[in-house]
Amino acid sequence: MSMSDSLVSCGHLDPVIAQGSTQCREARPCIHKASQRMSSDLGSGPPSSCMHIQWDLKGKTKLSLNQHSYSEMLYEHNSRDQELVRLTELITQLLVELNHSLTSVIPESALLILIGWILGGIIYGADKMQTFTLTPTVFFFYLLPQVILDAGYFMPNKLFFSNMGAILVYAVIGTCWNAATVGLGLWGCWLGGAMGDIDIGLLQFLLFGSLIAAVDPVAVIAVFEEVHVNEVLFIMVFGESLLNDGVTVVLFNVFDAFVSLGGAEIDAVEIIKGIISFFVVAFGGSLVGIIFALLISLLTRCTKNIQIIEPGFIFILGYLSYLTAEMLSLSAILSIVFCGICCQKYINANMDERSVTTVRYVMKVFANGSETIIFVFLGISAIDPAVWVWNTGFILLTLLFIFVFRFIGVFLLTWILNKYRLVPLEFIDQVVMSYGGLRGAVAYGLVAMLDENKFKEKNLMVSTTLIVVYFTVMLQGITMKPLVTWLKVKRAAVTELTLAEKIQNRTFDHMLVAIEDISGQIGHNYMRDKWHNFEERWLCWFLMKPSARKSRDYIFNIFHQLNLKDAMSYVKEGERRGSLAFVRNETKADVDFNKKFRASFSEIMPDIMADNMGPDHVPLSSILQDIVPSVCLVMHEQDLTMRESEDFNAHHLLQQHLYRGRKQHRHRYSRSHLETNRDENEVQEIFQRTMRSRLESFKSAKMGVAPAKKIQTKHQKKDKPQKMPNGNSSDKSKNHPYGDKGTCSLLFTSLLHYMKWLTRPPQLRGHQPPVVCIIIQSHSKAISGICLILENRLD
Amino acid sequence: MGSTNSTLSKIPNVEELMEETGFTPAHIVRLYDRFEALDKEKTGHLRPQDFGAINRLAMNPIGDRIIGAFFSPGQETVDFHSFVRILAHFRPADKKHPKDPSMPEPVNSRTSKLKFAFQLYDQDKDGKISRAELLQVLRSMLEMQVTEEQLESIADRTIQEADLDNDDAISFEEFRKVPLGRARRLTYQHGPLQHSAPRILSQPHRK
Repeated sequence: MSMSDSLVSCGHLDPVIAQGSTQCREARPCIHKASQRMSSDLGSGPPSSCMHIQWDLKGKTKLSLNQHSYSEMLYEHNSRDQELVRLTELITQLLVELNHSLTSVIPESALLILIGWILGGIIYGADKMQTFTLTPTVFFFYLLPQVILDAGYFMPNKLFFSNMGAILVYAVIGTCWNAATVGLGLWGCWLGGAMGDIDIGLLQFLLFGSLIAAVDPVAVIAVFEEVHVNEVLFIMVFGESLLNDGVTVVLFNVFDAFVSLGGAEIDAVEIIKGIISFFVVAFGGSLVGIIFALLISLLTRCTKNIQIIEPGFIFILGYLSYLTAEMLSLSAILSIVFCGICCQKYINANMDERSVTTVRYVMKVFANGSETIIFVFLGISAIDPAVWVWNTGFILLTLLFIFVFRFIGVFLLTWILNKYRLVPLEFIDQVVMSYGGLRGAVAYGLVAMLDENKFKEKNLMVSTTLIVVYFTVMLQGITMKPLVTWLKVKRAAVTELTLAEKIQNRTFDHMLVAIEDISGQIGHNYMRDKWHNFEERWLCWFLMKPSARKSRDYIFNIFHQLNLKDAMSYVKEGERRGSLAFVRNETKADVDFNKKFRASFSEIMPDIMADNMGPDHVPLSSILQDIVPSVCLVMHEQDLTMRESEDFNAHHLLQQHLYRGRKQHRHRYSRSHLETNRDENEVQEIFQRTMRSRLESFKSAKMGVAPAKKIQTKHQKKDKPQKMPNGNSSDKSKNHPYGDKGTCSLLFTSLLHYMKWLTRPPQLRGHQPPVVCIIIQSHSKAISGICLILENRLD
Repeated sequence: MGSTNSTLSKIPNVEELMEETGFTPAHIVRLYDRFEALDKEKTGHLRPQDFGAINRLAMNPIGDRIIGAFFSPGQETVDFHSFVRILAHFRPADKKHPKDPSMPEPVNSRTSKLKFAFQLYDQDKDGKISRAELLQVLRSMLEMQVTEEQLESIADRTIQEADLDNDDAISFEEFRKVPLGRARRLTYQHGPLQHSAPRILSQPHRK
């Protein structure tokens, strides 16, 4: 899949053109260049002069000897159409965004293809030929990398790696199965005469099978975005779509080489070479990605003084990993995926908060843009009679085979896998997984790369691929959501819940979450623990900035500012509603604690809600704003009777104020949705409360029977300036803060535990270096004072 | 998860445990690993502090109650068997289990799950949820902005709704009758061992 030739050849065009077209408006040379590239075919011959521009004119505009006027005309032609395309793309995006109700029924990708058709029709109508197609160069070099980098960067790592085995099975074995069965099936049918008379052979069928078999990541994201399936299922399909590139590339190259050799030359040696090349390509690609991830992490570690360009490095190096792998003929997609996966944690820890935000947003922007362009061009490419060859048998059989064999493959593999998995994949999941095997632009890109001389039936294949892509993306995309809803058993109709029900529901939520935590979310494997230890000792030391403290302070400031901002809006709301009569009643329970601690702890309250915390999408300020409507209730009271109003009041109160359970089963990956921090306040409250009650209970335990236990009151671990990468794993905390030699040390240790918690946020935020030591040192006076006060208060 | 058998042999009475709780050997091994990971000092028992070390529980409003539920009254420690037995409550119910009145109620039946939940409320274990107990639970589950009067009125109304025999307390029978509405999930579909989410169990009927 090495396309570096075309890139180089494209490059050659530029100076030639620039030479010849002196009247070209120099002001916009890039458009000129870009449009040239976009329409040059792959593997074009050596450019010689302006007259030999590889412009896909198809006889429309004769190359005139008058170079100046020619290039001028081209230029006008280009820029007008370029602008047209760009404008329509903008409009498209706007329209699509405005029409959310439509996009919840029809996935965005399908709409974009439709728009592509319309556009293609317009362009075709204007030029009488298709001037814009999705050329492999543009696709593979300019559009695809961003999408894949985005996928890798936002990949939920824990989930991905814990299901890695299953994902690999599906990606490798599943793709091979699909390729083989489709290819052989089609060949069999051709032999049987179902397709009429076409100039094609077994190897070509196999090649076609291999390129049509691959599940496409772009399409999967686009469709699954709307359909909220459970995490495991999503990661299976998504992971498979990303990792199967290794297989696809190898199969494609192998069969391409075989076709060039001709059927007679293939022997066992060649086949073995093919198999070896799979391993080389796949692992080599991943290795390149990992190397670049290391580079990026190291780089961000050293960019303290040039924070403003940090984000740029991520993109450049990410793209570089793609190009490097491509250059070495390894799997480029695997490379960029692993680059994104491996570096996310370290760059989030190392970089400034603003840079992190920048990277995330820009990545989403690029990915969204690329995806849009890809789908629109997929649509446009269809409106080109030159490529359309219709062969009913071929097309219908292809559709049938990919559908059926996908189902068979998935079910077969799942049956085998379920024997080894603790948690089996269910029937419904398997159905959704099979149905979700969407083909997309990657297949089209690959098929467009075929050499017409070797493959006489290239156009047939192109048409078939297009139809397959449309079928899967549009039809399967549209019906995916209804299918998922239909397959889940219907719940009983919900009548108005009573208070008791609401309370119970919420209690059960919390209970389940707690039990999940107790029983251990992630199994404690030897390998996993080993990896954690290795990572903590070596990698974090090597790759992360020792001074992540600095960004921590910034986060506290942000927290402070957020609180202030919310307080302001709270007051404003109250004034707007006409009365500030609602007073924020502090219950007796937390009054002292807050006053005592809020001052010192509010500065060190970390940004605890990292990205994958995953609770409800409620921003911090709305928690406060939620309180405001209760003011309205006061005014409504006169209308309702006493009892009803009490009822209403109570329901409303519950609705707003019940703590929300932590929802773990949430679709984490989204193309357009960036999760921001939320629920900090709530968690903080709960945590304070819990800590306080624990302190009190230990105080009373101390007064009662206090067996002498082993005391561990010091933290040994916090000496080195590292961070705890995984605050989740409780096996790290060797120190129990519940020693009871004297209230002071008891409280001290409880506070240490508290601070340990502060410094080890639940999710991998990576911002917690030696805060404890520092804090203890700086606050030691305060803390001993606090201990004394508490002691007096509790006595 | 390599040597299942060797780990299993370390656990005394493992067949009886499996029989009683219905976990498979692989599940038991996983739970054992988790137990050992929680039990830092390798005493073979878990104490409240060990549970307390799980950070996320501290962020759960009823986290401490749930920890308490693991310990039978008067006991200071939890051994592996009790640990597994309590977690067994949360296995998916066997739908195919025939209703055999002579056999004891299986540990993960709907009733025993409800009983577990009931015990969370009923701290003094007198078989009834009094108003004070309900108030406590409510207080822990509601944000701090709610005043005492509001809390009390909610508690009153709740008891009014659920209490059928007018004794100003909710007994287990009355507790059972509260229809569970949407969130009828007292199990996790995926078992307690995988890092995935509980699903909404489809109980076809309301009680």
